[in-house]
Amino acid sequence: MTAIINSDTSVDRTGVQTSFHVAKRVRGLSDRSIAWLFVTPTIALLLAINIFPLIWMIRLSFTSLNLSMSYLPLRFVGVDNYSDILTDEDIWIRLQTTAQFVISTVVLQVVIGFGLALLINRQFRSHSFWTTIILLPMMLSPAVVGNFWTLLLQPQIGPFNYLISLFTGIPPSSFSMTGEVALAPWTIVLVDTWMWAPYVMLICLAGLRSIPDYIYEAAEVDRASAWRQFWSITLPMAMPFLMLAVLFRAIENFKMFDMVNLLTSGGPGSTTELVSITLKRAAFEKWRTGYSSALAIILFVTVFGAANIYVKALNRVKQR
Amino acid sequence: MRKSETAMWSKLAAGVVALFAGVALSGFASQPAAAQAKHLTLCWAAWDPANALVELGKDFTKESGIEMKYEFVPWTSYADRFLNELNSHGKLCDLIIGDSQWIGGAAENHWYVKLNDFFAKEHITMADFVPATVLGYSEWPKNSPNYWALPAMADAVGWTYRKDWFSRPEIQAEFKKKYGRDLAPPKTYEQLKQIAEFFQGREIDGKKVYGAYIFTERGSEGITMGVTNVLYNYGFEYDNPKKPYQMAGFVNSPEAAKGLEFYKALYKCCTAPGMTNAYMQEGLDAFKSGQVAMQMNWFAFFPGLYKDPNVGGDKIGFFVNPAGPKGHFTQLGGQGISVVATSEHQDDALRYIKWFAQPKVQQKWWEIGGYSALKAVVDAPGFFKSAPFAPQFLESMAIVKDFWAEPSYAQLLLDMQKRVHDYVVADKGTAQQALDSLVKDWTKVFKEQGKTVASE
Repeated sequence: MTAIINSDTSVDRTGVQTSFHVAKRVRGLSDRSIAWLFVTPTIALLLAINIFPLIWMIRLSFTSLNLSMSYLPLRFVGVDNYSDILTDEDIWIRLQTTAQFVISTVVLQVVIGFGLALLINRQFRSHSFWTTIILLPMMLSPAVVGNFWTLLLQPQIGPFNYLISLFTGIPPSSFSMTGEVALAPWTIVLVDTWMWAPYVMLICLAGLRSIPDYIYEAAEVDRASAWRQFWSITLPMAMPFLMLAVLFRAIENFKMFDMVNLLTSGGPGSTTELVSITLKRAAFEKWRTGYSSALAIILFVTVFGAANIYVKALNRVKQR
Repeated sequence: MRKSETAMWSKLAAGVVALFAGVALSGFASQPAAAQAKHLTLCWAAWDPANALVELGKDFTKESGIEMKYEFVPWTSYADRFLNELNSHGKLCDLIIGDSQWIGGAAENHWYVKLNDFFAKEHITMADFVPATVLGYSEWPKNSPNYWALPAMADAVGWTYRKDWFSRPEIQAEFKKKYGRDLAPPKTYEQLKQIAEFFQGREIDGKKVYGAYIFTERGSEGITMGVTNVLYNYGFEYDNPKKPYQMAGFVNSPEAAKGLEFYKALYKCCTAPGMTNAYMQEGLDAFKSGQVAMQMNWFAFFPGLYKDPNVGGDKIGFFVNPAGPKGHFTQLGGQGISVVATSEHQDDALRYIKWFAQPKVQQKWWEIGGYSALKAVVDAPGFFKSAPFAPQFLESMAIVKDFWAEPSYAQLLLDMQKRVHDYVVADKGTAQQALDSLVKDWTKVFKEQGKTVASE
């Protein structure tokens, strides 16, 4: 290999400025060693804050550890925690509630987000301003969103009930969006959709803008209707982006905790208790460390498995 | 050019090094001074009595030269925060005013310093304190002379009512016509429900009002602390008094189920809409805004309510938790003060407890908004007239019952929160099913704890 030396290159200038001792030391290392040198801190950090806790948690999931009774001897219980969880009717109900929440929010967010992206993509006057306005909710912290929606939905003073009353004539203080069994699940879906549909819009907008104009021009020449263009060009070409949005939102909402905890605390009763809330209660309120570690592992495997299957499907769509 | 640049950078670097060195040296120099300034950190909930304690603590600092720092956390995260701190052997708190139910776990896990020797040395006698508070806040195992805390803040569930509404002639007349008796603070839960129904939806001073405010909070302990006030009076027992941990037939007796049905009926008929997850603060807000005729809440808040410019003074009245068909009890609240075992200032912390136990300090504690558990204060001749709620407080402290104080209390509490909230607020199943499920949950918890649970 021949090195072309040009004294004007920045590489050369850097080389000149590198001190002799450093240069000598570095010269003794192979490219592979230098690569390892740079990557090692990251790997060490990853091992320390991700892999080690995960392995530790797997170990704990086979024990009887309960931190509120740490004076009891630690027992190895085999797969008892796992079988307890998988045979617990309540856990299956919580998983169903979570699945309903994930499906409802993702469907709504994709429909609304894609619709908004189509509108914004038309590049009408002041579309940049409206894009910024639409993106505002997703910039807020879930804690802020949870708190101010709690206020908005308050039956006596919250404006939401007054708005409903205006259209339906139902007295505003006669119903509670977060407190009634029939309404609370839809309330958390509504708030999550309000917050995250803009995120889906953003991804879809990137997808729509990546479609070359000449395809539409060719379709125009072929006299394809707008509807036909949508079904044959826009939707298939934006599909990988849509599927990516679905993946991100589904994973995020499977783990949803903060906003729902602030809005309903899982209530009324256990109506909106998502599995993440159950996990938090088991781990940090009941202090059942062994049991909650097992539950966390089950959830991790579920999300990891589902995401893998989904990514394979996504790749197939992209290849098409 | 290059030389002058180098000189400039060298000077800058020297300046930065000098600055760091200066800061570091001043830090070292000030260390002995910081070590000399003694301080204690006291952990408790963020509520009205905590403000009174800050005021009281100034006397301790004046007397001892020890500065008091405070870590107050809202009730809804109080248990999470401090149990986490104790569990992780943190050193944040030197003194902690921990909830009565923590005592079992705190003793078994050695989170608190055992105070028997200290009490003996300083001549602090538990017989000088109200018996219910010693049993509730200090002893573990229960009914044994093993003390882990000094009763600090006596408390129980009581009720406030709108005395001004109750005394209006037109309202009185209408009530008498409807129920054939005078409108007065209720003595029984049946009477309370009648009064609540009477006020529910009524327009007073142009404003729609509601009958009663009761606890329904799901996340921490709210609905349990509310529902037990009714359950105890309908015959609910935590276990067989003769056979510990035998819960079947006591927790889920038909009488207890009737009590739970009653609580739900009260919630459905007579509370304001939206009160599906409400605890202390929501009750205070509802009462202060003139929304409810009667409010269930802890005595700890009553001094503040009495001082309220809108609903306090002559407008507010107080009554003891009403009786039920099977007895007359109320839910114990309150806390004891303990020395945290991981504290590096245990001697100073014990000095604080010694100071706090003095009758003159306890008297002042009561006068400025705390609730003393010292007999010398509450049995004093002038106590009854010292506050409008003093007689009700004293009567309540004689009829208190408390939730489990086992090391596994958090699991037991959350199980009850779930079962009761599911039935009362979310309309899931029947009262009997809720209590039957609760027995199953609690049996599982006790078995995990290694206890023998008799089924019958």
